[in-house]
Amino acid sequence: MKRVVITGAGTINALGHDVPETLEAMREGRCGIAELDVRDADRLLVNIGAQVKGFSSEGLFNRQQMALYDRFTQFALVAAREAIAQSGLSFAGELAHKTGAILGNSGGGMTTIDENYRSVYEEGKNRVHPFVVPKLMNNAAASHVSMEFNLKGPTFTVSSACASSNHAMAQAFQMVRTGMSPVMVTGGSESMLCFGGVKAWEGMRVMSKSGCRPFSANRNGMVQGEGAGVFVFEDYDHARARGAEILAEVAGFAMSSDATDIVMPSKQGAARAISGALRDARLNPEDVQYINAHGTGTAANDKTESAAVADVFGRHADTVMLSSTKSMHGHLIGGTGAVELLACIMALRDGVVAPTINYEEPDPECALDVVPNEAREAKVDVALSNAFAFGGLNAVLALKRV
Amino acid sequence: MADIRQKVIEIIAEQAVLEPSDVKMDSTLEDLGIDSLGLVESIFAIEEAFDIQVPFNANEPEESDFDISNVAAIVAGVEKLVAEQKA
Repeated sequence: MKRVVITGAGTINALGHDVPETLEAMREGRCGIAELDVRDADRLLVNIGAQVKGFSSEGLFNRQQMALYDRFTQFALVAAREAIAQSGLSFAGELAHKTGAILGNSGGGMTTIDENYRSVYEEGKNRVHPFVVPKLMNNAAASHVSMEFNLKGPTFTVSSACASSNHAMAQAFQMVRTGMSPVMVTGGSESMLCFGGVKAWEGMRVMSKSGCRPFSANRNGMVQGEGAGVFVFEDYDHARARGAEILAEVAGFAMSSDATDIVMPSKQGAARAISGALRDARLNPEDVQYINAHGTGTAANDKTESAAVADVFGRHADTVMLSSTKSMHGHLIGGTGAVELLACIMALRDGVVAPTINYEEPDPECALDVVPNEAREAKVDVALSNAFAFGGLNAVLALKRV
Repeated sequence: MADIRQKVIEIIAEQAVLEPSDVKMDSTLEDLGIDSLGLVESIFAIEEAFDIQVPFNANEPEESDFDISNVAAIVAGVEKLVAEQKA
């Protein structure tokens, strides 16, 4: 078994267009949630979201590429460029054949779907652009990342709703750990903030109209975000041999399925994933200082997650910090675990734990240290990242400081 | 008719990232560097511009009832379709 380390990180999300901007916003507890700027916003009941602002594809992609890239693909490429540049790797020969891109995504090219449904249904057009299918397919982002960087190894997309990125990164981790690939590019991206995307979520009635307040007694739902996070996972020896900068070690993971309800979370399912990740990483609960919570801000998730953490950590639950950065960057659905991994890396590397902002009232059902409102300096040796998806699919990653 | 030719040349030139003056009537799509994706995009743009239906199947371009062997053939095909539509 190989040790697996992270040698590159990239992102674009509502908090920033790259990793330094995003981490600075997390340190400052800045909120990326604002009024939604989408077509027909006046027909939406939910008018807030964490949109990527000020993003222009001008200069990033040429006209031919733009014809093929949905917004979620553009985000994935921007994040991948940053991550791979940081890693210092270039892919040729044997390394290119073994390295692939495994990315999480849930909705596919929602903007493409939305615009083309409009044109055929609303405007009554009978012809759509020839690239609608290659733009909207969920694997478009992973495929374009593989093409841009000459990654010829295992490349595919993992779709497990809000756990997509964690499941994707778990796959990449496995491949590096078992020696199948010395390097994998992994993470996830999502862009659902278009009229149809928000409308569908409205139907669930779990969206907040006022803000994302995870673990706070007055929380009233989730707020959607968009963007991408991409990482380079690398065999420790491979990274050391080339003198690469190591951001953190991926020490273990676990996945579980609740097998109970399509939307309601289960404490047991979440707890099995958390304890499984610790076991896989050969860690004890007392070794963990920080957990990046799934923390959606819904009534159901936050109390179930708190109970699951309390169960697994027992008397150590009072000493572990559990924060939800979704309060700042929103819920990126299939890309969320990837952006949240950045908070774990910041905790491990910089000793700064990102806060749960908008925390207003303690909830006895979420009675853990949620790092309310302000980032905290702390020495963190081990961090977990939770993701619990609709469909009852759970994936937890364990990271260590190197 | 000159309008149709000019418009088709503009569409092909845009796809090839060339000036319209660089697109000759005897140029083939290959000469212009237009690949199969570029071809279907061009056909889509032609359909949109003239509000016609081009009988082109990307699976078997040579079997299609629309000659794409060079720019002149494409222009002639579009002129025929536009005329039929008006008829």
